[in-house]
Amino acid sequence: MNVGTLINDLTIFVLAILLGFEVISRVPATLHTPLMSGTNSIHGIVLVGAIALAAAADNPLSGILAFVAVVFAGANVVGGYWVTDRMLQMFKRRPVPKADEPAE
Amino acid sequence: MNTTDLGYLVQFAFLIGAALFAMGLHQMNSPASARNGNRLSAIGMTIAVASELVFVANSGPGIGNWLIIFGGLAIGGLTGLRMARTIAMTAMPQLVSLFNAVGGGAAALLAIDDFVRLSGQRTPEGALAGLDGWLIFFIVVDVVIGSVTFTGSLIASAKLMGRLKGQPIILPGGRFVAAVAAIVAVSCSIVLVLAGAGLFNYDAWVLDVLLIAALVGALVFGVTMVLPIGGADMPVVISMLNAFTGSAVAMAGFVVGNVILIVAGALVGASGAILTKLMANAMNRSIGNILVGGFGAAEGSQAALTSEGGTVREISVDDAAIQLAYASKVVIVPGYGLAVAQAQHGVRELADLLEARGIDVSYAIHPVAGRMPGHMNVLLAEANVPYPQLKEMDDINPEFERTDVALVIGANDVTNPAARTDRASPIFGMPILDVDKARSIIVIKRSMGRGYAGIDNPLYVNPKTGMYFADAKQGLASLIAAVKAQ
Repeated sequence: MNVGTLINDLTIFVLAILLGFEVISRVPATLHTPLMSGTNSIHGIVLVGAIALAAAADNPLSGILAFVAVVFAGANVVGGYWVTDRMLQMFKRRPVPKADEPAE
Repeated sequence: MNTTDLGYLVQFAFLIGAALFAMGLHQMNSPASARNGNRLSAIGMTIAVASELVFVANSGPGIGNWLIIFGGLAIGGLTGLRMARTIAMTAMPQLVSLFNAVGGGAAALLAIDDFVRLSGQRTPEGALAGLDGWLIFFIVVDVVIGSVTFTGSLIASAKLMGRLKGQPIILPGGRFVAAVAAIVAVSCSIVLVLAGAGLFNYDAWVLDVLLIAALVGALVFGVTMVLPIGGADMPVVISMLNAFTGSAVAMAGFVVGNVILIVAGALVGASGAILTKLMANAMNRSIGNILVGGFGAAEGSQAALTSEGGTVREISVDDAAIQLAYASKVVIVPGYGLAVAQAQHGVRELADLLEARGIDVSYAIHPVAGRMPGHMNVLLAEANVPYPQLKEMDDINPEFERTDVALVIGANDVTNPAARTDRASPIFGMPILDVDKARSIIVIKRSMGRGYAGIDNPLYVNPKTGMYFADAKQGLASLIAAVKAQ
C-alpha cells in the first residue's frame, strides 16, 4: 500500500466520520429506529467490494468466499432499504384511513 | 472505452453515490423528508452497484464469475426482500441485527479473500510481495471487527427472537473464554502486522494459520461478548454492532482500495457510535457497564424495596373509563408491554374516541421505549398515529402538571420516580417521564411484576394512581367499550 494512497484514504475516512457525526446528531429520537435501519442498509455498500472480488476470483476458495460475500451483502442492501421504506411510509402527519395490516 | 478512462468514470459515479448517502442521511432528520432521504440513499446505492457492474463487465470476467455475481445477488437479494416484506414491526430490532451480521460477515470475507490471494505471492528474494504492514493492519482489523459483529449480531438476533433466553446467559468460565479469545485475536493480529512490516519472514502457511486463529478468536469473542448481556440492554448492543459493521466496511474499503466503502463505512460507524451513546445516556448507563453485562440478573435481587408498606389502589374498568372520558387533557405513556401485547391499534382507537369527545390527547415517548430508541414511534406510526402527537420526553415532562390523566400502558422503569429521588435505587439518575406529576394516573398492567430493572415502582402506591390489572390488549378493548358507554 503506497503512502500516497494511504494518506488520501485516511483523509477521506476522517472527514467522512466527522460528516457522519454532524449529519446524525441532529436527528430527533422519533427517527432513531428508521435511522439505524437506514444506516444499516448503507453498510450494504460492501456489495461493491464483493462484486469486485467475485469478478477477480480465479480459484475455488476465492469463488466461494466471494459468493457468500455477495449473498450476504445483497441481502443487506435489498432488505435494508426495503424495510426502512416500509417503516418510513407509516410516518404521516395526518392519519389516512386504510385497511389494517395483515395479522402478524 | 479503455479501462483507465472507465475507471475514472466509475470513481466519479462513486462520488455521486457517496454524496447521495450523505444527503439522504441528512434528510432523515425530519419525519416529513425521511422517506425521501432513504430513497436518495437507495439511488446512491444503485448508482454505485451498477457502476461497479459496468466496470467489472469491461474487464471481461469468465462465465463462472458472472454466475457467482448474479447467482449471489439473486439469492441474497430475494432473501433480504422476503424478510423485509414479512417482518412484523415489533421484530425490527432482530432484523436490523441480522443485517448487521451479514454486512459484517461480508466485510470480513472481503479481507480474508484478499489475504488468501496475496499471502502466497513472494518476491524472488522470498519476502512478501503484495502484503505490507499497513495493508495487513487493515485486513486484520476488518477480519476481527467483522467476525465479532457477525457472531455477536447473530446471538443478539437469536435472543430477541426468543431462540435463546433473553436474560443474561452466564456460562461457567464464560469470562475466561472471552478473555482468551480476545487475547488470541489481538496477539495473532499484531504478529501478522509485524510480519507484514518485514520483522518476521514466515512461510505463507504460517501467515494463513495466524489469520485463521485471529478469525476464530474473534468469532468466539463475538458470542461470549453478547451472551451475558440482558434483554433490556440489547438495543444498545445492536446499535454498537451497527457501528462495528460500518467500521469493518470502512476497513474493507482500505483493503480493496475502494473509496465509497471508506466513506459509507465511516458514515455508518460515526452515526452508530452517536446512537449508541444517546441510548446508553437515556438509560443512565455507561457503555462499558452494559458490556460487562448481567444487569437484570445481578442487581435486581438486592435492589431496595422502596415501596414497601404502601397500598395499591385497584380500579375497575368503569372507573378508568369515567376518569378518561371527563378529562380535558390525557397523556398516554406507552411502553414495551404494549408492543409485546400488539396493542398499538387499541391505543389509537382509544385516543380517537377521546379526541372525538374534545379531549386533548398526546403520547409521551421515552427515548428507550420499545426495544430500540424510536422503536415505539415506529410501532405507533404503524397504528396510524400522526407523529405530531408523539412528544419526546423533554417536551412532555413540563406538561404533566397540567395533565388530568396520565395513562401508563406497559411501561414501568421509565416512569419510576425513584430514579429522581432515591439515591439507593439502581436506576437513580436515569431520565424518566414525570408521570407522577399528573393530577391522576391510571396504570394498565398485567400484575405487580417488576420491570426489566427488577425494582419496585413507588408510582404504583402513589395515592393518585389507580391500577387496572389487565393484559394491555384486552384491557384496552374493555376500556374502549367502557368509554363508548359513557
